[in-house]
Order: sequence, then structure tokens, then C-alpha cells
Amino acid sequence: MPRRDDIETILVIGAGPIVIGQGCEFDYSGTQACKALAAEGYRVVLINSNPATIMTDPEYAAATYVEPLTLSAVAKVIEREKPDALLPTVGGQTALNLAVQLAEAGILRENGVRLIGANLAAIRTAEDRRLFRAAMVAEGLPVPRAAAVGTLEAARDVAAEMGLPLVIRPSFTLGGEGGAVAFNVPEFERAVARGLDASPMREVLIEESVLGWKEFELEVMRDLADNVVVICSIENVDAMGVHTGDSITVAPVQTLTDVEYQRLRDMAQAVIRRVGVETGGSNVQFAVNPEDGRVVVIEINPRVSRSSALASKATGFPIAKIAAQLAVGLTLDEIPNDITRETPACFEPTVDYVVVKVPRWNFEKFPGADDVLTTSMKSVGETMALGRTFVEALQKALRSLEAGYAGLDANASSGLDAELLRERLRVPNPDRIFYVKLALQRGWSEADVAQTTGIDPWFVHQINKLVELEGELGAFDLTSAPDELLRKAKRAGFGDGQLAGLWGVAEEDVRRRREGAGVVPVFKAVDTCAAEFEAYTPYYYSTYEEENEAPTGEGRAVVILGAGPNRIGQGIEFDYCCVHAAVALREVGYDVVMVNNNPETVSTDYDTSTRLYFEPLNLEEVLAVVAGERPEGVVVQFGGQTPLKLAGPLEAAGVSILGTSPDAIDLAEDRERFGRLLGELGIPRPEYGTAFSFEEAREAAARVGFPVLVRPSYVLGGRAMAICYDERALARYAAEAAEVSPEKPVLVDRFLEDAFEADVDAVADGEEVYIGAIMQHIEEAGIHSGDSAAVIPPYLIKDVHLETIRDYTRRLALALGVRGLINIQFAIKDDVVYVLEANPRASRTVPFVSKATGVPLAKVAARIIAGKTLAEQGLAGEGRAPGHFVKECVFPFDRFPGVDTVLGPEMKSTGEVMAGASTFGLAFGKAQLASGYHVPLRGTAFVSVNDNDKETVVPIARDLAALGFRLVATRGTAARLRREGLNVELVFKVNEGRPNVADKVVSGEIDLVINTPMGRESFYDDATVRRAARARGILVVTTLSAARATVEAVRVLRQNVATVQSLQEVHRGVPNK
Amino acid sequence: MAKDGFLILEDGRTFRGEGFGSTGLALGEVVFNTAITGYQEILTDPSYAGQVVALTYPHVGNYGVNDDDVESRGIFLPALVVRSYEDFPSNWRATASLGQYLERHGVVGLSDIDTRALTRHIREAGAMRGAVAVGVYDEGDVLGQVLASPPMAGRDLVRDVTRDGAEVFAPAEDDARWRVAALDCGIKNNILRQLARRGVEVTVFPATATADEILAARADGLFISNGPGDPAALPYVVDIVKGFLGRVPIFGICLGHQILGLALGGRTYKLKFGHHGANHPVKNLKTGRVEITSQNHGFAVDASSLPAGVRVTHVNLNDDTVEGLRADDYAAMSLQYHPEAAPGPHDASYNFDVFLEMLERRTQKTFGF
Repeated sequence: MPRRDDIETILVIGAGPIVIGQGCEFDYSGTQACKALAAEGYRVVLINSNPATIMTDPEYAAATYVEPLTLSAVAKVIEREKPDALLPTVGGQTALNLAVQLAEAGILRENGVRLIGANLAAIRTAEDRRLFRAAMVAEGLPVPRAAAVGTLEAARDVAAEMGLPLVIRPSFTLGGEGGAVAFNVPEFERAVARGLDASPMREVLIEESVLGWKEFELEVMRDLADNVVVICSIENVDAMGVHTGDSITVAPVQTLTDVEYQRLRDMAQAVIRRVGVETGGSNVQFAVNPEDGRVVVIEINPRVSRSSALASKATGFPIAKIAAQLAVGLTLDEIPNDITRETPACFEPTVDYVVVKVPRWNFEKFPGADDVLTTSMKSVGETMALGRTFVEALQKALRSLEAGYAGLDANASSGLDAELLRERLRVPNPDRIFYVKLALQRGWSEADVAQTTGIDPWFVHQINKLVELEGELGAFDLTSAPDELLRKAKRAGFGDGQLAGLWGVAEEDVRRRREGAGVVPVFKAVDTCAAEFEAYTPYYYSTYEEENEAPTGEGRAVVILGAGPNRIGQGIEFDYCCVHAAVALREVGYDVVMVNNNPETVSTDYDTSTRLYFEPLNLEEVLAVVAGERPEGVVVQFGGQTPLKLAGPLEAAGVSILGTSPDAIDLAEDRERFGRLLGELGIPRPEYGTAFSFEEAREAAARVGFPVLVRPSYVLGGRAMAICYDERALARYAAEAAEVSPEKPVLVDRFLEDAFEADVDAVADGEEVYIGAIMQHIEEAGIHSGDSAAVIPPYLIKDVHLETIRDYTRRLALALGVRGLINIQFAIKDDVVYVLEANPRASRTVPFVSKATGVPLAKVAARIIAGKTLAEQGLAGEGRAPGHFVKECVFPFDRFPGVDTVLGPEMKSTGEVMAGASTFGLAFGKAQLASGYHVPLRGTAFVSVNDNDKETVVPIARDLAALGFRLVATRGTAARLRREGLNVELVFKVNEGRPNVADKVVSGEIDLVINTPMGRESFYDDATVRRAARARGILVVTTLSAARATVEAVRVLRQNVATVQSLQEVHRGVPNK
Repeated sequence: MAKDGFLILEDGRTFRGEGFGSTGLALGEVVFNTAITGYQEILTDPSYAGQVVALTYPHVGNYGVNDDDVESRGIFLPALVVRSYEDFPSNWRATASLGQYLERHGVVGLSDIDTRALTRHIREAGAMRGAVAVGVYDEGDVLGQVLASPPMAGRDLVRDVTRDGAEVFAPAEDDARWRVAALDCGIKNNILRQLARRGVEVTVFPATATADEILAARADGLFISNGPGDPAALPYVVDIVKGFLGRVPIFGICLGHQILGLALGGRTYKLKFGHHGANHPVKNLKTGRVEITSQNHGFAVDASSLPAGVRVTHVNLNDDTVEGLRADDYAAMSLQYHPEAAPGPHDASYNFDVFLEMLERRTQKTFGF
């Protein structure tokens, strides 16, 4: 069937900000879809609020709307662009839900927009658990026993009948949000209540527990001719009960016979047909009882997903791209397989390697969060690794995590008593795989470990093979280990670092010994066909075999090191920069070699770079790639901290680092060196000290003056960073948060309270500096820049200070010798501009700045690395933003019930949105809407601020009152506001009695919360209120800067003037009315 | 690691690895199979007689072996080559490990070789003779034996795998709707299961049976099975089939398809490295639908050799080779691939129903023995 000619313009809805359960896999799929549709000749219109995506780069669509993913914004886009069709299947659950809302609101019908990829009935059948069950039963497919309920009472009846444990799943949520397994009545009731709250329809499904059953997934594609193919099969190492996003997973399936696998395949085909997904990719999940092979169908995702991104990377088959082509009527047999070129896409990929995915969690950032893994996803990222065996891939994937493992290390604390160990095996948790190893090392039987964990005995046996091999290795040392044993260890995925640890030598010694023995890796291609056909798309992984397939030293190559797994502090923004660098360097004629291990990303799409190596970002693996590729050099400045920390070791190993030199990086990162440089340049910075003991920390604090900002040296995303107002707090920090020792020094900086903070992204070529933009933080000083809303252009910084910032940026970038990107953070207090820090690398805000100004900074930087000066690129001075642009952050607090939602120097956000408008207030308001908060246009504002803020809050409260808001305040704040003649209702703090402010929030009497932190004493009060508010989508403002912006947003939003405008129009200078 | 075994190809390329299963020397044509699951079915498929099979999926043995997933009375292939043999089976139906199974059947296994390098070599150079040796063997010696061994082209291996005597397979229900005579060139059990499930009683004859012996069964149709070796080396089977053309509906699978092609006057030829796997896309030219098929053949029917009245019904989308034939005048159909799967996807099982429709139409016309 040829492509459809009855449609011209297609609207694609993106997935919005990165949140837990919806990561950058939807940028990968959305980008592929936009590219594929444009290549077929359609006019693509895109809406996505996430600026850090490649898909929102203006070249991927005819019209790109970085606008809130709300019904009203999408409706406005539809009215303006008049699309013929809407593709809702590449933007995750967000896009699917929006499509349903648009259809139900009649907007699609009114505008003549057809759904392609999945129709409304199919989406409903797949998403509504009752309809899905009914469909499965009608098709004769097996499902767990279950009942859908809308009230707690009905839930109790169901529980009485079916017996615990039971699974509770809310309908229509992301990543199983609000889902849980309940083993007892209180757990059950809590889970039902939470599930009802989480479900937009107040409905939960209560299901027979298939806990402990094996979990399998099949990635299925269907075309309009009803051809159905299975792209990839996935087996979860963790049994049912752990969300697949939190499970270690393996592709292909390892423990099913062909008969059993084909039964799943038959069922998957029946499911996609019955549900009615006409075209595209779907993910079908099954549970299989390990005792007797009984199968039940769990669910279908009628869209591309995290698993389909994984399946694409695992097989080389681009599911999202092909799904887009199928959506416009092409059939699978009409689409060529890009990799083999000669064979069609209508086939089932086969692999000759094993793929392991391991999730990356960030529990350390959320003290108090429950790290038990359940059906509600908690991980923030993942790594994937390929190997010729499961153990090889597993160890490579663990090494890729950058969580301090060189493989399946002895991570679990060895002093753990047997009871506790059993508990850590029984209850799923992030470190369970390490406890499996520990138990086996202690001589537990494989059967016991398998029984206790519910992990298939086959996987336990594989891990035991590693334990035995490690024992064997331990009997030798670096010099006595036979070459064959060394080879065996490498074939089992042991990292050089792991062997170094075992033998108590340096990693470099192991590498030298290994290379001397000729034990070096080869690279094998990922080709969709297990080498049956010649592959043209060079996508490689390392392993220890005989034959190498990767080219060696052909062409002018540069290696770009990626950012590894997403984590808080290092997310999609860095992948965005890597992709830009790859594109720019290919444009100037380089062969670009990408090294990365994050399967969700665009950078690991096989056509982003000239050659892709799916590898851990460790010195060992990078050196192996470099040895084969013989590049002109390695680019480390785009992938965040991950490649940056390899810069020194790579250079020491004789590899040339392109762009900013490792010495310049060190100059910026070493506090003493950087401090001296700033001194020479006459640039102020807050007083600081470095402490190697608590005593020194105390002295440093006394010297620089309280409050102080304290943190361990070399941290990412503000890990364990805190503000201490007095010595007592400092002592508590040293005791609870961070060890202070000669090995682990702590940095003590004077904290510039009440300062304005600003960020600058700039590019330098050694002679000239181009400033991308100055961004002003909307949150107050002390909140991690990654968590702070920011605005371009700055709105409250005096021109003289902006001039100083520009001057410092230029002088600092040149003095550091930056060749490429630099991000500098400033604070302005008492009319003095301070430099807080400088990072000579890509920053989180590069995509935001690039989209606001239309100048792609990362590409500019890449060209500088390739030798093109700023002048040659026609850039000088500073970027200009045609309007006001706000970046707002989104937080994963809803995933971690009970965790305080207050912001501080430790970064907690997972993603961001961007909004632009003709005024700051409107842009801020739109950004709030985009990040999921409801900006109240009227109602009641609760105001409770600390003593420092009592003065500043007065005009804000007055404005709110003038806008017609009722004011409610706690004692101190109320007294202050009443003194100003404002009409304020007094409300109890949580500990003062009832009904208190939390009660008012819960009963819906509060529409806006302005609450600045008031220190430890009222910590629990504040936390309770904020938690209750955030759970209800009520806007919570914790700084007065944000409060001020909110007031302005309310004022403009009330005039109902919010418009949408495409980036293309913005940058053409079309006025935004 | 004790490298106690090796694989040597006729061009001298050698891979050293570790033995499992039986020890000894096994000669054959070296081919690769790209299916991820189904090693037990592959082992017991008589079509692999005379072939050393290398599996491209690296982990083999994961789910052990069981008593059900068996395609014939034994293992006919001489040796199995894998990247990583797993001696620890995990599956609720497993009764033994793969190694034990090979040992019981006297089949040599070789593990820990770079099977991808082997596959690429065969892809480039074509399927060729080789040997797996596990034990104390001299490479030069073994190479000599390889070079002295018969090439696959021209080889009749059907005589090695066919039954000694006729055997009747009745459907579970008492009343068979049809009776079909089958020529056992190496027939897979799942073909019999598929036919039985559809109410067909099958009398399986040795491939060497005479026309009179077959006629005595008074069957409604004739089935020609899959099997090993070169179809051109089987004039005695081709002649039998020729004799039945136009007398009863005929259905051939794999080697049976090639035999039908020859009986209809076509030619067969040897493919460079054949099709062995479970992911080959085949297009049904009548419906336009694509089915993902299980395949195992080294020879193919030359489309240009087919006389008028013979239609190509299915083609392979990877290389445009003939995957299905139909001669309407004779009510004869055949498939190069395996509608019975085992191992592999079930997309093509409808073809058995197509054969049944053919039987139905012909029976109505009181056409038969």
C-alpha cells in the first residue's frame, strides 16, 4: 500500500518534560517519527513543552510549538495549523491521554483531524483495564482474575473475596504511578486510596497477584495490511511485582522453549489485533507461572514505549521510525531494512548477542523515600549493554551505571547478618543483584536464592558462575594469573577495574598485563540478522572473540563521549548537546564516533553518528574504541560530568582531547587554582574554605561567616549539599550528611543569602567569546540552578550588573582557555557581582538558551572544536531572545510519598519545560501550566514566610489582595500583613491545633501556597502543607521571587491572552500577539 | 579452558573450542541457523542429516530438553556448534540438559567458538564441508577426511532418515475426514500433528515405497515431506510423484516442494548458504500478506525453469527465491518453508487448511485412486 495522499499536515504530540516513567526515550521515538514523516513528504507540526529534546529543534518540523501540553494549548495549535491527522503514539502516555481528551472534547472532529497510528477505540481498549480484560476474555486469551472499583468500600469487598496479596493499579497513569502490591489490609487500603487519587478517573483495578511469576514482554508491530511481526522479546530478571522500568531486563528471552515462546507470540498477535491497534508498535506484557507454564496477558501499550526504545537499540530495528511510516499507510514489506539495505523491514530481527538493561535510581537524593521496588516505577534512567553472554552483558551494564561499580562488584555490605540478607533478597530493592552475589558467596544454594528472590534459577546460576570465577581469580595475582584465565574473566565481562580491585593493583597494571597477553576486545556489529546478511549501518559493541568487524583508522574521525544513563543532574540536556555536536562535526566532514550506553537517547540512534559504539563510558572501553578508530581526538565537553572526568586519564594515556584542554577543565574545577585565577582577574567570589576535618570546617565557617554552603568536593547535581545557618547545623551536617576526612574534604563557601542568581551559557574560541544568554533564576539563591526556574532575558538585574556579568564571562572564558562551551554561575548581592562557579562544558541550559535565541550553542561549540572561529561562524556579542522565555522544572515527588518537597542546594528535578510569551508574567504562567501546576486565577492564597521574608512579602500580598485573592496566613505572617492594613484570615500551623492549614489544603480551601522555609523547627509543618498541596496540583511557591512572578502570571492569565507560537515564527520575528 | 575440540572447514579455516555432548569426529556440510529458540526441534529435524549446524544465538541449552519438543525418532545431524553451551537448564518441562541429550544420541557438541565469525565466513564463502572433532585429533588428518567426504550437491540422504516401514497416524477423534499418504523423506512430527489436528489420517510410507504400495492405502491425497540432501539425487521419489500428478491432490513441504518442482518439470539449484532460521519473510502473492516463516533448506526451485501451468504462490522477500508453488491442473501445491514451524512462528499454518480445501474440492469431484 502506498502512503496516504489524503493527508498533508500531521500533528505530532511529544511527551513533555522528563519525569520518572517517561524519559528521553520519547525524544528518540518522536525525533524518528518527525524525521520519517517529513521524509515521506508530510508537513509535520509538533507540540512538546520540553526544550531539551532534539525533536523540538526547528529543523525537525515545519512548525514546532514549545508550548504546554494542555488541552487548550494543543487545541490552539490545531486551530492555527489545521492538521489533517494526529499521531498520538510517539509521545508516551502524555500524548495518548491528550489525544483521548481532544477526541472527547470534540476538538478533533470539529477540526477534521483524524487519529493515525491508534484510533480512539483501540486506545480506550488498551488503557481502560476493564475494557481490556473484556476484550481479552472475548478473544479467549488468559488474564488474571480482577475487578475494577471506584471506591474503597467496593475494594474491600473484592479483597474479601480474592484474598491478599493483591495488585492495585490506577487507570490512566504513567509508568504505573500509584500502583502497588498489598500484602495486608492497611497496605491494601492505603494503596487503593492512593490509586484512586492518582487515577484521573478515580478508578483502580484490583488484580489477582501473579507475584513471583516470570515476566515477559514482546515488542510487536502491525501494518494496515495486517502483517504483524515481533521485533524483540524481553525477559525480566526480576519477577512480576517489580515494574519493568525498575527491573533488570534481558533480550532476547532466555528461559522459554520455542513452543512456549511461540505461544506468547501467537497471543501477542491476537492481543494487538483484538485491541485494534491498526498500525505501529505495541508492547505486550505477559506473566508466566514458573511452576506449570500458565500464561496470563498483563497489558498492552498501544504506542512506542521505553521498552520499544530498548528493543530498537537491542536489535537495530527502528521501531518508532517504522511505526510512523506505517501510520501513513506504508506496509512493512514496502519499507527497506536500513541496516541490511537489501532486505525489507517486514521480518523479525534475530540477534547473536545478549542485551541487558539495568535501571539507575537516585534514592540518595530523596532521604526518607522508600527504596522498595514495586509496580510503581522509581528509577530515573537506565543503561544497556551488549555481550555475547548474559554475564558479560550484565557486568558491562552495571559498569555503565557510573554508580561506582566496575561490574558485579562486592557492593553489598559484607557484614550483613543472615536474616537481613534474606530480607534484602526477598524484598525487591535497587541493590538486590549484589545481595544475590553476596548470598552465593556465602554459600547459599542457588535454589535457595532463586526461591527467596523469585529470580529464575537460570539467572542465579549465571551469577554463581561469576562468583566461582571470581574465586578462581582470587587464587592468583596479577602476575601469576594464567593468560587463559584472564581471557575467561574478560569474556565473562569482568572490567579491568574489577580485576584490579580483586588483585589490589592499579587498573592500568591490569590493562598493561592484559594487552601484553593479547587479551584485547574485538567489536561486533549489531545488524538485525545475526550476520546472515551484510550490514551497512555500523553499530558495534565490544566483546572478547576472535574476529573484529569494526573499521580501524579509516577517515578523519572524532570520538564523542556521551552522558551515560539519565540521572538527576545529568539528563537529556547533555544528550541533546552530544547529538548537536555529532551533527555539526559530520557537517564539516568528520566521521563521528559516538560512545554511549543509554538506550533511551537520540545519540544512540544508529544514524545520529557515523559509527556508534554501545559501551560503558569507562577508561577501559573508551581506550579500546580509540585504539580501533584512531581518531584525531576525543570530545568530552558535551556529555556532562561523565566524559569530563575521563579527560585527564585519557590525556595521560596519550589520547588527544579536542576543545577545552583537560588542564583548563582542572583549572576551573580545582577550587584553589580557580580561586587564584579569579583573584588575578579581580573577579569577586564568595569567601570559601576547604576542610579536611570537622574542626577545620568549623574554622572555615567562622572565617567566611554564616550562613555557609557546604558540600563534598567533586559532586554532581549538588549531592549532599546543604546550607548551614549556624554551627549546630554544621555539626549535624558533618554527622548525618557527609563525612569530613582527609580523604573526603568538604567545601565551605559563604552563602550569599537573598542574592539574585544568574547563569550564563557562552562559547569561546580562544580569541572571542559569544554569550548565548544571561538567565536569571526565579528561585532564590541557594536553590540548585537545575531546580530553579529561569528567565531570559533577566528581569530584575540592573544593567550595570548585566554588563559586569558579560565582562566577567568574556575574561574568564578567555583566561581559562575555553574552546567550546562554558557555563558560569553568578550571584548579585549588595551591588556586587560574584562568580560562584564556572564549568567549561555543556550545561543543562544549553538547549533552553539555544531555543530561546535561535543560536544552537552546542553546534557552534562543535564547529569551534573543528577549527572554525566564532567570526567565521558569523557570531559575535550576545544572543537575542525575541520575547520572554521561562524554563521551569518538574520534580518526581509524587513517586516518593512522604519525602519533603522543599528545594535546596541539592538538585531534585528530573526535567524541565519551556514557555515563551511577550511578557514575563505570561511566560512564567505558561511554564507553570506546562510543568503541571494549576495557576489559580482567583481564590485563596495561603502565605507563610520566614522572618527574613516578612518585609518583602508585603507588596506581594498586597498585589494578591488587589487581584481579589483572599489571604490566609499563619500567626507571624498574618500579624505583619495586618499591620499593613491587609485583610488576613489567621490559620493554625499544623502543630498548633485543628483545623489547621493542612486541613484547609486537603479540603480544597486553598488555591495557592506561598511558603518560604522556616528552618528545622517548622520543618514538618512546612513539609506537610507542601506535600498535601502538591498532591492536589496546587501551585506551591517557596521563594519570593517565584511569588512575585506568580502574581504577574495571574494578572496576565486572567486577561486570557495566552497564545501559542511556533519556534519558527519566534525566530522569524513574527510578533506574538 | 581446555580447548579440546575444533571445527575445521574445507578451506582450512579452523575454530578451536570446547567439546560437550559426545566426543568423536563428525563430518558434514557446515550451515548456520539464526533461530533464537528451538534447538531441540532443530536437532531432531531429519532435514539436517549430513549437516554440522552452528547456531548463531550464543546461549544454547538454557531450557534443557524435554520429552515433547521432538520432531523425529532421533538426531540425524552429526554435530552442533554453539558460542556458549549452558549445562544448567531452567524450565518446568526440562528433563535433561542439552549435553546429556547429545551424549545419549552420540552427537558431538562444540562450544566457545566465535560463531559469528563462522557465520560471516559461510555467508561470504558459502556453505562448505567441514568437521567437528572433539578428542585427540590431528587437524591435517581431519582436513584430509573433510576433503575426501562427499559434497552436499548430488547427495541422497533421504535413504538415511526415512522409515523402514509404513506407519499410520490417526487423528484424535475417531472419524478421519481425509486419508493422506505421506512420503517420508525425513518427515517432522509436527507435520503429522498439524494434519491430525485437522482430522487427517496419515499413512507414512518410506521414501522408497513403490507406487503400488502407496496406491493400496487408497488415500485422498499425497504428501511429500521435508528431508535432507539434494532433491536432484532422488529420481526414485520424483518418479513416484510424477505418477500421482493429476490423480490426487499433492502437498509438498521443503524437500517435498523441491521434489514436486522437479516432478512438474522444473529444476533445482543449490543456494550459497541456504535459509536456516525462523524469521524469513515470505509474501503470499495471492493475499499480499507477509508471513514470518521457519526455514531450513540449502536447495531451491528455479522459477525460470517452471513450465506453464505452474504458479509461484509465495516468494521470499529477502532474496526473491521461490517459496511456494501451485499447479492447479494437478491440484498440487508446495511450500519451500515450514508451515508446521517447530521451531518458529505459526504464521504459515493456514497452508494446511489450504491443502484441506484442495482435498475437499477434489473429493467432491470424485477424483482419486
